[in-house]
Amino acid sequence: MTEINEVPSPFCGAGTDDLTIQVDGTSLKVIKNGCAINTPAFEQPLADTQPRVNGTITDLATAVAKAAAILQSAKQPLLGGCATDVNGMRALLALADKTGAVVDHMSFNNARSNILTLQDSGWMTTTLAEVKNRCDVLLVIGTDLESFTPRFFERYLWTDAAMFLENPVQRKIIYLGQAPSGNASSSPTGQDAQVFECTQDQLPEAVSVLRALIKGRPILAESAGGIPITDLEVIASQLKAAVYGVVTWCVTDLRFDHAELTVQTVCEIVKDINDQGSRCSGLPLVGKEGEQTANQVCGWTTGYPARVSFAKGFPEYDPFLFDSQTMINAGEVDAQVWVQAFNVNAKPLSVTVPTIVLGRSGMAFEQEPDVFIPVGTPGIDHAGHAFRMDNVVAIRLKKLRDAGLPSTAEVLTAIERAV
Amino acid sequence: MLIRLKGGRIYDPAQKQEGVVSDIYIRDGVIVNHPESASLADVEYDITGKVVMAGAIDIHSHIAGGNVNTARLLLPEQHRNFLARKLNHPFSTARWSATETGYRYALMGYTTVVEPAVLPINALDAHLQMADIPIIDTAGLAILGNDDYLLRLLRTGVAQNQINDYVAWTLHATRCLGLKVINAGGANAFKSNARSFDLDDQVPEYGVSSRHILQTLQRAACEIQLPHPVHVHCNNLGIPGNVDTALATMEAAQGLPMHLAHIQFYGYGNEGNRGFSTAAAKLIDGFKKHPNITMDVGQVLFAQTVTISGDVIAQYSRRHDASPNKWVALDAECEGSGGVVPYCYKESSFVNSLQWLIGLEIFLLAEDPWRLFFTTDHPNGGPFTMYPFLIRLLMDKDYRLECMAQLNQEAVAMSLLKDLHKEFTLYDIAIMTRTAAAQLLGLADRGHLMPGAVADIAVYTEQADKAAMFGHAALVFKNGHLVVKDGEIVGRRNGTAQIVQPEFDKQIERRLQLYYDQFYNLKLDSFAVADVSFNQSDNERFIRHSCGTPYLASHS
Repeated sequence: MTEINEVPSPFCGAGTDDLTIQVDGTSLKVIKNGCAINTPAFEQPLADTQPRVNGTITDLATAVAKAAAILQSAKQPLLGGCATDVNGMRALLALADKTGAVVDHMSFNNARSNILTLQDSGWMTTTLAEVKNRCDVLLVIGTDLESFTPRFFERYLWTDAAMFLENPVQRKIIYLGQAPSGNASSSPTGQDAQVFECTQDQLPEAVSVLRALIKGRPILAESAGGIPITDLEVIASQLKAAVYGVVTWCVTDLRFDHAELTVQTVCEIVKDINDQGSRCSGLPLVGKEGEQTANQVCGWTTGYPARVSFAKGFPEYDPFLFDSQTMINAGEVDAQVWVQAFNVNAKPLSVTVPTIVLGRSGMAFEQEPDVFIPVGTPGIDHAGHAFRMDNVVAIRLKKLRDAGLPSTAEVLTAIERAV
Repeated sequence: MLIRLKGGRIYDPAQKQEGVVSDIYIRDGVIVNHPESASLADVEYDITGKVVMAGAIDIHSHIAGGNVNTARLLLPEQHRNFLARKLNHPFSTARWSATETGYRYALMGYTTVVEPAVLPINALDAHLQMADIPIIDTAGLAILGNDDYLLRLLRTGVAQNQINDYVAWTLHATRCLGLKVINAGGANAFKSNARSFDLDDQVPEYGVSSRHILQTLQRAACEIQLPHPVHVHCNNLGIPGNVDTALATMEAAQGLPMHLAHIQFYGYGNEGNRGFSTAAAKLIDGFKKHPNITMDVGQVLFAQTVTISGDVIAQYSRRHDASPNKWVALDAECEGSGGVVPYCYKESSFVNSLQWLIGLEIFLLAEDPWRLFFTTDHPNGGPFTMYPFLIRLLMDKDYRLECMAQLNQEAVAMSLLKDLHKEFTLYDIAIMTRTAAAQLLGLADRGHLMPGAVADIAVYTEQADKAAMFGHAALVFKNGHLVVKDGEIVGRRNGTAQIVQPEFDKQIERRLQLYYDQFYNLKLDSFAVADVSFNQSDNERFIRHSCGTPYLASHS
């Protein structure tokens, strides 16, 4: 039994790297600095380590050959999931290039709200260390921050030290929309966050009117999205008075149609405040299931984020056409590879076409895929690299145990060579 | 295997060879002495009459890192492909990709490219990207000067040796080749709500001036023996009248080596009806008085492009010029910043025409290709793929005049360019883009064709149209392997990353870890640059170059 310190997590997207993990053979136990996201993800027991073809246990070479044969005979393969590390994505994209596949990260429909905003009007954003060291007012839009990143407040807000704040516990936290699920947002001195609650479908209106107030437009209504205008004015004035205000949101929590328009309004609020002569920045919360890693690697490899088709012999980006669910529903896909090295519960959308799964050990299926290859989890079974939610920082993942599992990259490269 | 390149006309300023007809021999990726018998060669390329130069070196081109990738994702419409022939190499049809970057540089005979803006905290990202750029070698310059750690040291007034240790540690940790300073203190000040930042402005909260930051880092670069002088992006980029900033920065260098980047953007006066005029002559006058200074031009070329810079003050101030109308500003980890603003340089524009004219005036007035380097600050002044046109502009006065006829004539009337008759020779081009560039960077193993050099060699078919000549090399060898033939990629291989590893007192690592624990919640090991390549070990990937005396041009 060994203890490994300073373990970085590939699961939470925040690049948490202070976990202590006890390794006993192949079983892991988080003994320090765990959280509701990281602890179960690290402690997920190891199960199957051998590949299966049509439900029968076989060796890796046979499984790879079968996978290659499926892809070889497919007219339009899909490489979905895309939840892996940098090398896994490198190999996945090489396989896509060779087979003319569509590549689609499993969270792209969420990420799309941010990406469409970026591609339509751009944004001003910041990173975690800036939040920690400068942020004096944090506005959380429609998001339960502590369930997304349980240790966010502990690590980045209620800190002993901050470069530019004399008293970090005096930071103001404001929620608009979703109320927090716990009390992590209450300061160590007992100051609760200000919460201005409204429902999901009221949020677009509330955010739009907040922007109008920040821009000094006259508002005749007495409430917007169920929130009194006077309350929205309280938010506006605090954000404008901030020395370094930060507005954060998680698109996964914005579960209404055309959330990209609300994200855009949020990003324009940030720009408006800077236009008016004070500082403010946005912090999009993303990065679970290798999302940021997939988009970054796909960016430098193809020029586009992780929804790209290679069918025409060159990478083509369309945030709607290449939605794998849509393609499968329309019968446009005749084989799929599902890559999910992190989460046993994130399974392929459908197995109506020949399906190859590179999954985390322990993934269970209602309908057995044609090929299942258990792969190692980056940061547990092999070293690797992952991008943190704010993009600027890539972190190095450690190998914690040897369970004999191949990496995503090894398996995909073997399949690519066999095609 | 012994390879013979037979009968080419050699342009190698390192050997003062200007069109000398001679054979070149390559063995195991390296240029070797002529063997006793020519018949020993295993492979022979008859290049009789063709122009032979060392592989070209780009000292300043934004090809990797967080801001570059953000620009890619911001602008899918700028690099959409419609028809493309697959080469059966992965990603050969992906535009503005790592692959295309390597291929298109190689096609022009470039074999080494420096990414000049590596934020230390983003170094792992930059190296992951550079490792995916095929064929060409790369190197990064690590940015300091807006980072809290350095400004904190300066505020406390520590001894220079502590600064030196920090700079040396940074180069180790980032696996970079040199030191970059971008509008020293400006990005930090922007986070405290400054909207402009001059050489003698002080960073809020620290009370240290831009000048002090710059001079301290320059001294560190000299004392830890970085061969490449501190690489400086000055204050006030793009602002009319900023020639005075450039001249003040030359003075601030106090006779020590310093490189001023994309100086065209500082060749600006504020005269004339529109308050914008050329100050190239004044700039070059200062340049000639300061032999310790080297510069690269950052020529503007007419095209849709995107500006990518760590100078967030400059980028933010230009947000209303974004074309298309979208832009990104990023505050990055208490270390630096980024700004991405798409831009289209137009011949009809007075300002853009004058920028183009000023860049060429600087090229033609400088009279010293050992100190003045060829760049467009890719992609900020124009994409590197347009270099062949810029070479033609330098070598062909008639072509210059033809191009000037298309410009905004009010700008042309204010410019000296029509009266500048100089035409660069092939030898000048070889100095600027090969020999001097390698020496400036401290890369002794390249930029020349002497025995012992890495066999990075470009062979061109001489043509009257110099854009055609330099656009598609006839042959390009990378480490002795043929990678380009008749303007097509024929071999994909891995490049390497060039680094220096100056010495430092190891104590600093403990202090830095305490600092990162306190302010970052990050372990140094978590973002260390390691295992960056898919296909190479770090030992193969990183090529270490010697520290030594900073470059001072002695050939002028």
